Amino acid sequence: MIFEWLHPLLIATALLLAVIGAVRRVKLWRAGQPDQVDLMAGLMAMPGRYLHDLHDIVERDKYMSRTHAATGGGFVLSALLIMLVHLLGIDSQILAWALLASLALMFVGALFVFKRRLNPPSRISKGPWMRLPKSLLAFAVGFFVLTLPAAGVLSDGFMSQVGGVLLTLVLTALIIWGMGELFFGMTWGGPMKHAFAGALHLAFHRRQERFGGGRSTGLKPLDLSLATEVGGVLGVAKPTDFKWNQLLGFDACVQCGKCEAVCPAFAAGQPLNPKKLIQDMVVGLAGGSDAKYAGSPYPGIEVGNAKGGPNQIITDGLLAPETLWSCTTCRACVEECPMMIEHVDAIVDMRRFLTMEKGSTPNKGAEVLDNIIATDNPNGYAPASRTHWAADQNLPLMRDVKQAEVLFWVSDGAFDMRSQRILRAFVKLLKAAKVDFAVLGDEELDCGDVARRLGDDATFQNLAKRNLAVLSQYKFSKIVTTDPHAYHCLRNEYNDFGSDALNGVEVFHHTTFLNSLVQQGSLQLDPFIGGKVTYHDPCYLGRYNGEYEAPRELLRSMGIEIAEMERSGFRSRCCGGGGGAPITDIPGERRIADMRMEDANETGAELVAVGCQQCTAMLEGVVEPRPQVKDIAEILVGQLVDPTANGLAKEVH
Amino acid sequence: MQPNSSQKLKIVTLVSVGKHPQSGRVRRADQDSRAVELGLRLSADQADGLVVLHAGDPNEPSLRSYAGMGLTAINVLQLDPAADAVAPLGEQLHQSGADIVLTGVRAESGEGSGMLPYQLAEKLGWSIVPRVADIVSVKEGVAEVLQALPRGQRRAVKVRLPFIASIDTAAPMARQSAFGPAQRAAMTVTVVNAETDTLRQSWHEAVAKKRPKRLKVIKAKTAAERFKAATAKSQSEGGRIMKQESAGEQAQAILDLLVEEGVLR
Ligand code: SF4
Ligand code: SF4
Repeated sequence: MIFEWLHPLLIATALLLAVIGAVRRVKLWRAGQPDQVDLMAGLMAMPGRYLHDLHDIVERDKYMSRTHAATGGGFVLSALLIMLVHLLGIDSQILAWALLASLALMFVGALFVFKRRLNPPSRISKGPWMRLPKSLLAFAVGFFVLTLPAAGVLSDGFMSQVGGVLLTLVLTALIIWGMGELFFGMTWGGPMKHAFAGALHLAFHRRQERFGGGRSTGLKPLDLSLATEVGGVLGVAKPTDFKWNQLLGFDACVQCGKCEAVCPAFAAGQPLNPKKLIQDMVVGLAGGSDAKYAGSPYPGIEVGNAKGGPNQIITDGLLAPETLWSCTTCRACVEECPMMIEHVDAIVDMRRFLTMEKGSTPNKGAEVLDNIIATDNPNGYAPASRTHWAADQNLPLMRDVKQAEVLFWVSDGAFDMRSQRILRAFVKLLKAAKVDFAVLGDEELDCGDVARRLGDDATFQNLAKRNLAVLSQYKFSKIVTTDPHAYHCLRNEYNDFGSDALNGVEVFHHTTFLNSLVQQGSLQLDPFIGGKVTYHDPCYLGRYNGEYEAPRELLRSMGIEIAEMERSGFRSRCCGGGGGAPITDIPGERRIADMRMEDANETGAELVAVGCQQCTAMLEGVVEPRPQVKDIAEILVGQLVDPTANGLAKEVH
Repeated sequence: MQPNSSQKLKIVTLVSVGKHPQSGRVRRADQDSRAVELGLRLSADQADGLVVLHAGDPNEPSLRSYAGMGLTAINVLQLDPAADAVAPLGEQLHQSGADIVLTGVRAESGEGSGMLPYQLAEKLGWSIVPRVADIVSVKEGVAEVLQALPRGQRRAVKVRLPFIASIDTAAPMARQSAFGPAQRAAMTVTVVNAETDTLRQSWHEAVAKKRPKRLKVIKAKTAAERFKAATAKSQSEGGRIMKQESAGEQAQAILDLLVEEGVLR
């Protein structure tokens, strides 16, 4: 009877092809740049990372997590057992029954996949992905029937007796279809590629710190010596300029479109879709065109014209620079991605090439960078005017006092009249709580956030080093700032430059610091009476630094019951102000800030509390009528009991 | 701009060390970098068509920000800081066989007298076209040049090659300076001896301050009136009155202005 040799042969062939495909795929990834990862440790940790880290993200969508557990788990188990039962021909009823059970599990899972695909949301890709549930079903059914005799349910002769040739043919067809998708397709670029690349991506992820509930959001410093090296290039020009594990990461994408659904630039109709971006990187690393892409396009750009290859310049044909400049670096995509892909890293890597090699930062970008280089602030104000805002504040200068418990990092808000109101409010609170603090005055420079996000890592590193040199002269145990961007740089990105200026120093956002003051009872607050309040999480405070609670606790301490927006906490929608986006100003159909204000309006709030001067500027830029926008420091000052008024009065006398 | 296609143009841009007006930090000088920009545009179809020349210290960091505009090399005549650069520059330009020499109108640091282009022109016996906004074309040894006049006006002049042009702030903005090319550019150094500028040695340099202006007393009662008073001056100047033209032409003029002003994109 033909079964005896036909099906094992088919299985062996499919597996062999899969292995060949795997080798080819690995070669594509290895064309990228070296990166230090512990290969063995990564592989060992991989199953755990799948079960915890990845699953935790998928778990946000219960339907999908159960479906995937059944389908994926069933498949992996089945594949192993198929090799034992059908390839090696181990004659064991127990194994056969186990295989039947796992195939049944897979079948049920596949049915749910099928159901979800009946009326799919726009964010998920169609094309080959639409046939995946059917392939899964074919695989499960085919092998189920094939296994029945081994389990003793049907006699060996059953096939030849009853169905005869016809049944054999049908069964063979199902098996070939199923294995074509699930074994062959896994390494030759089918939808199942995500399982192969995804597993390895978990093992060799570039930000290993993210696993086990960690956070790793600081951008990696660029090696500037590449500029003068033969053949060296700054940033990513071609797909092979990415680190190899970044390439691997792109390949792990399941095109679920979770990133697309949360991307503010996409929603605003700017030419960016993080899912398409990742798929274009896959086109780049493997070579070819985006003609087969079956998801939402970049708004306003037709699909099918992008071409690329591992050694072709990405912005010459694969990607429009506007796509890269639309990103606000809000990290919403990264936060949602079940495959833990790092979109922001990739985008900034490519921006670095555009800025540092091509000199083509769009719109005000070049001017802002020039200003930062020449005056250490983005608007080109005289460096000596940095403390003008505080002329009447009588702030202790580090240069004079040399040490203080708290260093108040003022940030470039010092030059902006609206932000100065926040700074004043914060100073008033510090004084009311009798905090021992000092500022750097004119010695403080721009933190480098904007320069870095605009791709100019040379300027960022220069500012970081000079700031660190200043900081290292003084003694303080805490840095507090009202600017989440400066907070992020100081806390997460200044550690790469071999300075010990921040050793043993804790960096705080003002909401965290103020909250501890309120909890200690150093600040007495009246209850807030004045309508509904909602809170907008700044990206660089929330997703970048995990601080969602302190601002809320502060608001609650004034008796405010926060009317949460639908998108809040880790799902907060960006105000549109990050990543230099207001500077590069790529046109879209809507403004991101307007959409965010819409979110706030839906709660019926009369006041939007924020914790960032950039968010304040963006949200206040929305035309009236709209809720008021205030920094939490400003709200607190309004409710301050025990009067600084007296305190101030004393000072005056 | 349609650069001459029949004949290869040799363009030299002279660059100096700039000084940022707010921070006083060295930088690429605004007008000089516009001169580099214009030179790059004029020689866009020729590899290494533009020669950028500096007299001074080859390790001067601000030279790198000119290089970042995409220059492969900058030629530096290395000379003593106290030396007068006119003679060696003139010598170099004479030998170079340049067709067009571009400079800024005046330097942002040092003497900043704006005399250099005139002195060079005199030395070389070439024409000088001051305050150039654009070089429109070069045909058969004659260049058509636009000079910048106050209030956005332009004057078209024709000038025979070779000539010196000092570039006005009305010329196209300099392209962005990128870090990578800036680091890679070669500094081709020629050490020259030049006479010490003895006159200058006796000078004392101080920061220039704008003379304080007497405030106009405005007897306005409302913000709108104050605003009007503050902005009134330019109201009647410039612009165009279109009465005879057809509605279509009038609309087109408005549209053109909006596009020009960057209101529409
Ligand atoms: S990048 Fe991540 S979130 Fe976006 S489609 Fe791919 S897997 Fe889904
Ligand atoms: S970081 Fe934000 S703006 Fe950028 S691609 Fe991701 S979701 Fe979109």
